[in-house]
Amino acid sequence: MAIEVRIPTILRTYTDGAKAVDASGATIEELIGDLEARHPGIKARLVENDKLRRFVNVYLNDEDVRFLGGLGTPVSDGDTVTVLPAVAGG
Amino acid sequence: MLTISRELVDQIIAHATADHPDEACGVIAGRAGVPERFVPMENAERSPTFYRFDSMEQFRVWRDMDDNDEEPVVIYHSHTATEAYPSRTDVSYASEPGAHYVLYSTALAQFRSFRIVDGVIEEEDVKILEPGV
Repeated sequence: MAIEVRIPTILRTYTDGAKAVDASGATIEELIGDLEARHPGIKARLVENDKLRRFVNVYLNDEDVRFLGGLGTPVSDGDTVTVLPAVAGG
Repeated sequence: MLTISRELVDQIIAHATADHPDEACGVIAGRAGVPERFVPMENAERSPTFYRFDSMEQFRVWRDMDDNDEEPVVIYHSHTATEAYPSRTDVSYASEPGAHYVLYSTALAQFRSFRIVDGVIEEEDVKILEPGV
């Protein structure tokens, strides 16, 4: 089951520069686990204490997964997952 | 160095002034490092000391840039009580190493630009292109 994951510039060091990579899993959590197996180190940039990092946005198709089911959000073949670091500061 | 039109500078200042005392924020999209398209963003925090792009608005704006082969050339925000210099928070969340981080201080009427890469702040000159030049 292949799901396209779009990777932001700042995390492309983990994907050899690729803007999008394939991963598989039944939930966002499994997908991130599979990403970690293929691109070691990336998970820690997305997840902290078993939750999405506060300033990382993950979208399933057109929705922020925070408004769906967070890491438990189900994903299926043909979905697109987009990662964007929140633009923020003080 | 950031090279930017007077019109875009004035748009940033007008947005910052309108939202004062809360911080204002936004993006200028462009190609090949040239800032062109002004995109004011909502500050989801509505705070005088913090800003964060609304996540759905950011998604739409980033997708539009992708579709147009644009990049976030400038990411701007205002400081409303302090100088136009990146705060520790600005540095810790800076996530676009290719962008010019523009700060405008409504308190001091300062307009300054920085690169923020791997936690290191580097100020750069700003060249403003006047109309008709």
